[in-house]
Amino acid sequence: MKDLYEPYVTDDGRTIGGCLMEMKNITLKFGGVVAIKDISFDIREGEIRAIIGPNGAGKSSMLNVISGFYTPSEGEVWYKGSVRPMMKPYEVARQGVGRTFQNIALFEGMSVLDNVMTGRLTHMKASLWEQAIWWGKAEREEVHNREQVEKIIDFLEIQAIRKTPVGRLPYGLKKRVELARALAAEPSLLLLDEPMAGMNVEEKEDMSRFILDVNDEFGTTIALIEHDMGVVMDLSDRVVVMDYGKKIGDGTPDEVRGNQDVIDAYLGVPHA
Amino acid sequence: MELLNKIFIAPFVDMVAAPDFLMQVLWEGLVSGVLYSLIALGFVLIFRSSRIFNFAQGIMVVFAALTLVGLHEMGVPAWISVALTLAVMFGLAVSIERIVLRPLVGQPDIILFMATIGITLFLIGFGEIIFGGENKQMITSELGIPTGDFVLEPFGGLLILQHIDITAVLVAAALVVSLLLFLNKTRMGRAIRALGDDHQAALSVGISLQTIWVLVWFIAGIIALVTGIAWGSRAGVSFALEVIAYKALPVLMLGGLESITGAIIGGLMIGMLEKMFEIYWGAPLLGGNTESWFAYVLALVVLLFRPQGLFGEKIIERV
Repeated sequence: MKDLYEPYVTDDGRTIGGCLMEMKNITLKFGGVVAIKDISFDIREGEIRAIIGPNGAGKSSMLNVISGFYTPSEGEVWYKGSVRPMMKPYEVARQGVGRTFQNIALFEGMSVLDNVMTGRLTHMKASLWEQAIWWGKAEREEVHNREQVEKIIDFLEIQAIRKTPVGRLPYGLKKRVELARALAAEPSLLLLDEPMAGMNVEEKEDMSRFILDVNDEFGTTIALIEHDMGVVMDLSDRVVVMDYGKKIGDGTPDEVRGNQDVIDAYLGVPHA
Repeated sequence: MELLNKIFIAPFVDMVAAPDFLMQVLWEGLVSGVLYSLIALGFVLIFRSSRIFNFAQGIMVVFAALTLVGLHEMGVPAWISVALTLAVMFGLAVSIERIVLRPLVGQPDIILFMATIGITLFLIGFGEIIFGGENKQMITSELGIPTGDFVLEPFGGLLILQHIDITAVLVAAALVVSLLLFLNKTRMGRAIRALGDDHQAALSVGISLQTIWVLVWFIAGIIALVTGIAWGSRAGVSFALEVIAYKALPVLMLGGLESITGAIIGGLMIGMLEKMFEIYWGAPLLGGNTESWFAYVLALVVLLFRPQGLFGEKIIERV
């Protein structure tokens, strides 16, 4: 096990920094149902961290805790070296935690460009008055924001559909637009909830490439949930494995692959 | 034959014979239409940002106008009353968000709709306790709104344009233009449109539900005040004003609940058509007073053929 706070360089030459986020003894209950039971793990700066597990293991719940959509019943979330107080989801977003959703949450009535522009909302500081007369800060901001957005649109290869209303796009492209919107906010931590669900092989390959490129190019820390084991093992630096709300494994893909509990969970050994 | 003549021929002969009178009718219709559009706009704004059908928009018009007149009666100068009324509308927006909407987030639409009926009833009672139920005069001249009229003579006839009406149309137009610019060009506007599409997604990009809701209810309040001043100048300020707010319902059916352009065009159409119908068909054939129901019948007919409204998007369901 590598030292938590000592940066190291991976085999493919990326630098993994210190601890960006740490979940400490997180428990999440809905009434009598325990969705997450006393789970601790950390996410290091610059890495791709996967959370895997069978259906109903509590992966999405965990992602919702990280992004502030759920408040944990017990435990602490540490972010950038301090405990995060109770926060609303939009406040967490403003702190630099971006996310996508399992069932795609886009602004269907707006164009791709407008959707991605909403990702920049937290970067706009000009006053209403300045925006109204389109002068000074407002103009500089809008130009700068447009440049950033165009860069991301370019990066994710969605130039051709910039002006198309999102509602008309096929599923695979919607997923990509959602990623673009999350990226536009320049998040410190990007959460992807099943980025490849429902995709065909080709689309999965594209998406995997984008995730790796994002991590490589922008140095964005990524935490993702994914069902496709092959994809997860190829993409991620470290993997957390959950089953029935508990953590049953944590480590590099190779370590996790050899873990007997993980093998049991996936092959379906009856629980004692 | 006589009846067919009265329906299909005589009205049009009248229109051609007296074009100045036709223009007068259309102008009067346009002015009411502008006010219908304004009310409908208030509905559309709130619906787009929160999927709430705000039944209270009509009573907000009355409440804003009553507050303005009531404050002035207490001896507050006219323009300061306007500023104070705006402050009251802002307070109203904050309280509605805090007390009514926030606890109901995530409830079915019908619950929120019922809540706005609750707000309506509350405002009626509250308004009557504070300002009394009797009819009041709008403080038109105190606000510096001109009260004379222009007399034009097109085609050698006579066309009278009240200054009040011209002011109302101009102010409404300015309000609509600034609202459109606000929605399409500013950060807040983008956030409002985004929130209407998907709450979760909006939260994930850092948009605060509460701030935006207060903002749209406040804008609806401003619209209500402008409508209240304009309509109050013509008809006086009383709770009967609320009835004109129901005219916004057929406007919304014509224009669709989500389209700002639809609300404007729908409002103008209904205003002008109901006036023409009243003068050329209603009064001679049906004994008049058709303005009270014409808009609803028109909306019904439109719904039969285009259930999504004239400008709404066609709903195609996959089976």
